[in-house]
Amino acid sequence: MNVPTMAEMTAQGKQPEVLFWVGCAGSFDDRAKKVTKAFVQILNRAKVDFAVLGTEETCTGDPAKRSGNEFLFQMQAMTNIEVLNAYEVKKIVTACPHCFNTIKNEYPELGGSYEVMHHTQFLKSLLSEGRLTIEGGQYKGKKITFHDPCYLGRANEVYEAPRDLIQKLEVELVEMKRCKSNGLCCGAGGAQMFKDAEKGNQEINLLRTEEALQIQPEIIATGCPFCKTMLTDGVKNKEKEGSVEVMDIVEMIANAQDL
Amino acid sequence: MHYIPNLLFAILCTVGIGFFVKNIQKLRRNILMGKPADRNDRSKERWKNMFRIALGQSKMVRRPVAGILHLVVYIGFVIINIEVLEIILDGLLGTHRLFSGWISFYGFLIGTFEILAVLVLLAVGVFWARRNLVKVKRFWSKEMTSWPKNDGNIILYFEVVLMGLFLTMNATDHSFQAMEAGNPVSQFIAPLFASFSETLLHLIERTAWWLHISGILLFLNYLYYSKHLHILLAFPNTFYANLEAKGKFDNNKTVRKEVETMMDPNADPYAVPEETSEPEKFGASDVQDLSWVQLMNAYTCTECGRCSSVCPANQTGKELSPRAIMMKTRDRLEEVGKNTDANQGVFKDDGKQLLKDYISPEELWACTSCNACVEECPVNIDPLSIIMDMRQYLVMEESAAPQELNAMMSNIENNGAPWQFNQQDRLNWKE
Repeated sequence: MNVPTMAEMTAQGKQPEVLFWVGCAGSFDDRAKKVTKAFVQILNRAKVDFAVLGTEETCTGDPAKRSGNEFLFQMQAMTNIEVLNAYEVKKIVTACPHCFNTIKNEYPELGGSYEVMHHTQFLKSLLSEGRLTIEGGQYKGKKITFHDPCYLGRANEVYEAPRDLIQKLEVELVEMKRCKSNGLCCGAGGAQMFKDAEKGNQEINLLRTEEALQIQPEIIATGCPFCKTMLTDGVKNKEKEGSVEVMDIVEMIANAQDL
Repeated sequence: MHYIPNLLFAILCTVGIGFFVKNIQKLRRNILMGKPADRNDRSKERWKNMFRIALGQSKMVRRPVAGILHLVVYIGFVIINIEVLEIILDGLLGTHRLFSGWISFYGFLIGTFEILAVLVLLAVGVFWARRNLVKVKRFWSKEMTSWPKNDGNIILYFEVVLMGLFLTMNATDHSFQAMEAGNPVSQFIAPLFASFSETLLHLIERTAWWLHISGILLFLNYLYYSKHLHILLAFPNTFYANLEAKGKFDNNKTVRKEVETMMDPNADPYAVPEETSEPEKFGASDVQDLSWVQLMNAYTCTECGRCSSVCPANQTGKELSPRAIMMKTRDRLEEVGKNTDANQGVFKDDGKQLLKDYISPEELWACTSCNACVEECPVNIDPLSIIMDMRQYLVMEESAAPQELNAMMSNIENNGAPWQFNQQDRLNWKE
């Protein structure tokens, strides 16, 4: 797999078109790593001139900030901004809505201003530029629902890009009762991913999974590594893993194009 | 002797409005106990938000039933109050229906008020049923007991009484009925009084008139103590609301200075920090640590509970309720305000604070920061910002994060990821 790093590019005197910010989940979490690979396959197919930071990338600080550790957040942010600015990065794409939100909204004040895109927005721009074509392939006609990640949807009002991509797969997109700005959280945001939930009468991810299962989809699509984990666990808990898959949109696109 | 009613009326208005002004001053003083926040930028967007969201009720209709009924009461309330202008002038000048000279327009105006009054009565009836018979879930949460519960009903009774008095006043007004304009509703009430003597009729009309204006003044002064303050504060609250992306949380400026110094290779490591009067506190543990916008949010909240009904934590039985966060903030702010009044304008430490005495860490840690509450609020209140500021205090001042979060944070510190993976393995996924 062709994955150039910024260090290598710079050594060759080259500047890529876009930096792919992989994120911690995309680098280390097994389910998210599949998304990272699928995205790189598509980037290579569309001949996008990209690079990653590799070992120079570190956590954006999102979970630290949302846990209340502003100091750790700003340390992470300023460290990352120093690296990004040193490489004169202008455009960043990431497959994680949390990284997307933090770099896009919280880094500028700290000295890091870039054009930041979620991978669904980036793929959509490739489509409209004619650099990428998407066909339905194995997903043609399947019933799919889309779970809006909070940090993509409400936090940044990106509702259409992921849906436009799903439509390109020639599927039957059925919305859940609560979608878009009314979407229900998967339960992982605000650093909940890293701790047990407080005492209650249900887990949030199960509530959301139930809503998704009500419409009997073959695939629950999403665009966030944490949502993917929470909903995959939810589907397993409901013993539906045999009939319902939870996938990132980018995995579906890569599969449909036999990448 | 002839001027006694005018004099009485002037006194009534002066006392009623005087108390109201005094309460508004107190409200302003309390709100300004909060820290500064600059919300004077982008005024065009701010005016637009205020017109669309507060005046135009655009977010209310996200829930059509309550939204449309609320619109009826709101329009009724605003428009019928034009009538108050005439009442006040009549009262002061000793005239009777001062504007009635212009019959056709006056008839149209009062006629509209009468119809609105009936619609308001119907809407209020449905609201009452939703609270007390249908028992809509969000009105029966655990924070909706005692005062908050009664407050909701009292306002409805107020509306019924005011509308009833308005219609009675019109129905018993002999000369007004004789005009045969502007009485589309009261003409059907008038026959009920047909057998009454003229003196008695006049007495009822005068009583209804006096009670009506007294009721309005009483209602005006009830606002400060009630969730109903939103009818005034919805306007500044939507004007000064956050215009940034909802996912953008404020970067703490004090922390920024420290981090910049730490990362500056030219900084003098032995430099003595500048003397400031008091070391800055991180985050919020009491109302004075919040910004004035957050405090205004608390006074604006009308406890409708839409935020809590969409909160993922609340729906799954967790302790957190965004509405309760706002209610508790207001309660504490009121307490601090009373303390300040009792101590010649200076707050005397009462050994209490917003954190723990009102809002528990358990509530704060249940939040997923999903912004559903912020999105849902019909008047752009931001409970999430308060939760985040209080988390900041818990972690940065008390090191009181849940154990697992401490582990996550030390992972970030040591190896740049929330999990225990080596930074050098960041690119291993491509193998």
